[in-house]
Order: sequence, then C-alpha cells, then structure tokens
Amino acid sequence: MAINFNAALGVHEQALLVRERRAGVLAANLANADTPHFQARDLDFQALIRQAAGEQDGPRLRATQARHIGAGAPAIAGDLLYRTPMQPTLDGNTVDADIEMAQFARNSLDFQASLTFLQGKFRGLRSALKGE
Amino acid sequence: MSINAIFDVAGSAMSAQSIRLNTVASNLANAQTASSSIGQTFRARHPVFAPLYQDQLGAGGTAQGDAQAGVPVLGIVESDAPLQPRYEPHHPLADAQGYVYYPNVNVVEEMADMISASRSFQINVQVVEAAKTLAQRVLALGQ
Repeated sequence: MAINFNAALGVHEQALLVRERRAGVLAANLANADTPHFQARDLDFQALIRQAAGEQDGPRLRATQARHIGAGAPAIAGDLLYRTPMQPTLDGNTVDADIEMAQFARNSLDFQASLTFLQGKFRGLRSALKGE
Repeated sequence: MSINAIFDVAGSAMSAQSIRLNTVASNLANAQTASSSIGQTFRARHPVFAPLYQDQLGAGGTAQGDAQAGVPVLGIVESDAPLQPRYEPHHPLADAQGYVYYPNVNVVEEMADMISASRSFQINVQVVEAAKTLAQRVLALGQ
C-alpha cells in the first residue's frame, strides 16, 4: 500500500481549518459586542466536519423537476448561522459577551487539540519514512 | 489565513472602543463647563458604531466577509438632551437675565459607558492574546 499523503492527516486538517474559521467568526462577534443591530453568528462545526468527511446527514430529496425548491441541499452547513439570543439588547444587538468568550476559549482549546493530533500524524509519518 | 483577520477585527474593535473612551473623557471633563449662550454650550458627544447591514442582507454572509467584520465608527453625534440653564446672576458668564448654561452631560450615564467601553476593550485584548497563541502554535507545527 502506497503512503497517501492526502489521507494521512485524516479529518484533522479539515477540523483545523473549520476551527480557524470559527475563531474568526467568534472574534467578529466579540468585536461587535457594542454595535447596534449586529447579530451574533456561528458555524455548525459538526455539520461542517460531516460534510468534509463526505458523509451525508440523513436521506435527501431528489429534485426531479427544475422548479423543485431546496431539494438536494440538505444542510446550509457551510453557511454562517445566527445565534439564538438569550437576552437581546434594546439596540438589536444579540451578542452575549460571556457566551462568545466561552465559545472562543473552547474553540481555541479545540484548535490546539487539532494541532496536537496533526503533530502526532507528522511524527508518525516521519518515523515511517526513516524506517529506523 | 483567517487568524490574521482576527487581529484586524479585534484591532478595529479596540480602536472603536478607545474612541468611545475618548468621548467619555471629554464629556466628563467638560461636564461643568458653563457658557453664556445656548449655542456655545458644550454638548455630550457619543460615537456611532456602524451596524453591519451589508453583511447581514447581502452576499449570503460568507466567512471571509464576516471574519473581516470590523467595527467602523460612522461618526460622533452630539446629544439632543436639553441643556441645564441655572440662575446664577453673579457668575461672570451670566447673560442679561442672569442665566448660565451648563452642558447636557449625564455623569452617571458617562460612567456606565466608561465601564462598558473598558470591559469591551479588555475582551478584545484577550481575543488578540488567544489568536497570538494559536498563530504561534501553527508556526511551530511539524518541528
């Protein structure tokens, strides 16, 4: 079996990218904590990873006619979603700094976990190549 | 790399919050600045942060568009609240009727605004710290 560098890193490469993207989105939420009418956004990490791994979530409807709406697009997985506000402010801002901060911290930790996994993968590849 | 975008976003938020702190400082400093006419009296100033309509309504909210959603300051507006005329006939700036006009600065509101601005600033500093750590870890990958 040939060593396949594409498959060697597994899902961790995708996970790292998604977490990096999510860090950006959460940082934008925190930055706009005082901007009127700003709506907090987030990514659905699980859906994105499932998409990256090539899995489909659930059965899909088949579009048999050009005018069928929405079939074949089961999830808006790649899209940014809006967070459901716990206590929206009077100026229409839905950023809850505590929630965003907690999510950001957790996302950073997950990011570092992904990095550690990748590091392990690289170490494994290197020792396989050396063959010592 | 979107980690770099985090620095831009948090940086623009910090600059917006420091503008807010600046206006609070000038409002508080001038809270007792009397003048002899309504037109010359200092009025409380507040920055207006831009709502990001464009991102929410158009372009389907791409990650790049949203990750670069900084906090632009549209401008600084003067408060419309009524000024405080006070009857102080012995004041050197009193007008013909003996009135002096004081600014419409609400000191309590300004103090609350100050605390809110400094907290928001701190949050963005923490975000930058975290992003810095992440970027350093990425650079050390594979070593």
